Amino acid sequence: MTMHAPATILPLVLDKVGFAVGATDIIRGISLELRAGPCTVILGPNGAGKSMLLRLCHGLLEPTRGSVRWNGTHPHSARRQAMVFQRPVMLRRSTIANVAYGLKRAGMARTERTKRAAAALDRVGLLHLADRSARVLSGGEQQRVALARAWALDPEVLFLDEPTANLDPAATRAIENVIASIRDGGTKVVMTTHDLGQARRLAQEIVFLHRGRVLEHGPADRFFEQPATNEAAAFLKGELLV
Amino acid sequence: MQRRNILRLTAAAFLALAALPASAQDKAITVASTTSTEQSGLFGHILPLFKAKTGIDVRVVAVGTGQALDIGRRGDADVVFVHDKAAEEKFVAEGAGVDRREVMYNDFVLVGAKADPAKIAGSKDIAAALKKIAETKAPFASRGDKSGTHAAELRLWKLAAVDPQSGKGSWYRETGSGMGPTLNTAAGMDAYALTDRGTWLSFKNRRNLTIVVEGDQRLFNQYGVMLVNPAKHPHVKKDLGMEFINWITSPEGQKAIADYKINSEQLFFPNYKRSGA
Amino acid sequence: MSEIGNAFSTALAMLAGFDPELLQIVVLSLEVSLSAVLIASAIGLPLGALIALTRFRGRQAVIVVLNGCMGLPPVVVGLVVYLLLSRAGPLGPLGLLFTPGAMIVAQVVLVMPIIAALARQVVEDAWREYAEQLRSLGATPRNAIWTLLWDTRFSLATVILAGLGRASAEVGAVMIVGGNIDGVTRVMTTAIALETSKGDLPLALALGMILISIVVLLNAAAYAVKETAQKKYG
Repeated sequence: MTMHAPATILPLVLDKVGFAVGATDIIRGISLELRAGPCTVILGPNGAGKSMLLRLCHGLLEPTRGSVRWNGTHPHSARRQAMVFQRPVMLRRSTIANVAYGLKRAGMARTERTKRAAAALDRVGLLHLADRSARVLSGGEQQRVALARAWALDPEVLFLDEPTANLDPAATRAIENVIASIRDGGTKVVMTTHDLGQARRLAQEIVFLHRGRVLEHGPADRFFEQPATNEAAAFLKGELLV
Repeated sequence: MQRRNILRLTAAAFLALAALPASAQDKAITVASTTSTEQSGLFGHILPLFKAKTGIDVRVVAVGTGQALDIGRRGDADVVFVHDKAAEEKFVAEGAGVDRREVMYNDFVLVGAKADPAKIAGSKDIAAALKKIAETKAPFASRGDKSGTHAAELRLWKLAAVDPQSGKGSWYRETGSGMGPTLNTAAGMDAYALTDRGTWLSFKNRRNLTIVVEGDQRLFNQYGVMLVNPAKHPHVKKDLGMEFINWITSPEGQKAIADYKINSEQLFFPNYKRSGA
Repeated sequence: MSEIGNAFSTALAMLAGFDPELLQIVVLSLEVSLSAVLIASAIGLPLGALIALTRFRGRQAVIVVLNGCMGLPPVVVGLVVYLLLSRAGPLGPLGLLFTPGAMIVAQVVLVMPIIAALARQVVEDAWREYAEQLRSLGATPRNAIWTLLWDTRFSLATVILAGLGRASAEVGAVMIVGGNIDGVTRVMTTAIALETSKGDLPLALALGMILISIVVLLNAAAYAVKETAQKKYG
């Protein structure tokens, strides 16, 4: 069973998307187009709405206003895009079984699943832990397993929500290396972070978010050299954006 | 994962079924009888003899007389074996049972604390004794559960021209339970109680209780056996049930009853007469 | 108080002597309660998970009723099952009354709500942690049921033991639907009730001690298995 059907699901188009929780607007009127190619980093201070925006894109949340469309059609195919969360959720089973879980949900046969899962684990450097219970691994290892799990699905788009926020520098480096190889392998990576350094290291395209609105959207080097807005400039200088 | 779980469920079901010992299909009958009869140990003595002779397993459900008759009415037993003549005759009259035969009798005794507040110990007149208990308001524990024993107790109060309900809430205590628990209660509160001799002889928690009145003819307790009406309940094991009834009223069965003794004392006196009842 | 000492020595004597009647009663008790818990789990675990993961009209009411049924009085359950299984009742032709099968049925009715209600809570709590990730991986509520039941298996083991405790401890239901027939439907609890009503308190106490010991042993075994598994799986 091939994971890539002939048609691509990109570009992802958000049209005047809004999301409110109760009476509060977290996301206000975002219109955005994400195309294949560059690694997109959604940057912004805490509380800007980055995680929520990512979940709206992935389909975990439905917008209260506006629409989210993949290549013109509405429904999102869970298997053509995958997501890694800030806190990895490991099932109470072996590492390789965790990685194979998504493949099982997709209906893949057992031998094929095991092969793919092992390959994915190998790519993140954890094949030697295949039979260890995933829950006893360290935070950094678990996050790599989560990456392997998402990668094994061979998605066209990979969403990552603050993937290294809870990890130490060594683990962060390991994760960033994996993300880089995923990006270089042709998968569209869309990731959120509040860490400027990380954005500089990984981004090819920046979406700058503040208070639920997109203030800037463009190539990464242009953003870092010459931010167009005051807020972005302040953020880049390390100031607290209120 | 789905398929594995269905397999688990099926395995569980088979395990459960395999756990049940063979039931309806072997040679067995269900007899609804009373707790006092079972607790006297009579069944433990005579049923193995019956099984040795006929190969029939007798499964005794021992409850109060009222419940035993109800079980018969519902068709949940094949034979009913209780000790309340009036209720049994009603049972036959309403078509729930057939072929009633009198099998044996035992007697009731009145037990009470050695202290004997009503001063009736040694009396041979049960009616006078009960009257004294009411007069002195001495505590009395009644079964109060519509059993054969309870019915007999109420008849005796009537003979004594006393309404025990006048003592309700003070000296007359209805436990609503079987003979054993009622005796436990009587022993616990030094109360008088009416009990069948069989239960008394096997009862181990006597504390201060002892027999105070016995031997009055009116304390005799007649047992009757009936087949649950197969016309009403076609599934009733008519032939096996009749084998039991025939055996228990035969010279052999009657002798087995007479042979049952506790501390060398005979408890039950067979009295089946061929003609009529 | 000397009764307790007396009971203790009686209990030890009966165990040491491998009294065959006692053995038969113990085996039957285990058969009935373990079968009942097995069936109740097979129904109750998926049911609890289903209620935890799906949304439907009246869901809150169902949860409240299910929780309430954890406190079903055994004697009432026994009475209702008796009326159903009686020859005069709707399921009479099955001929189950006064057999171990009837006792299993009654105990399933008693134990299933406990397992379902507790499983629902366990699975619902786990879902809160897992929902986003599982949905992201393409799991629907239907297949999430089995994933979560397996993942919460250590908590569910305790739930099942709670059900087993209830089943092996109750006397009201099995007394009514089983009839406490000697050699056929007499189990530990009904035997204890019988000996108590005969006034043989030391024997009743001794049987009680044996019953408690067996249940504690079962729990200890389950705990040992759970601990080793939990160390491995976290």
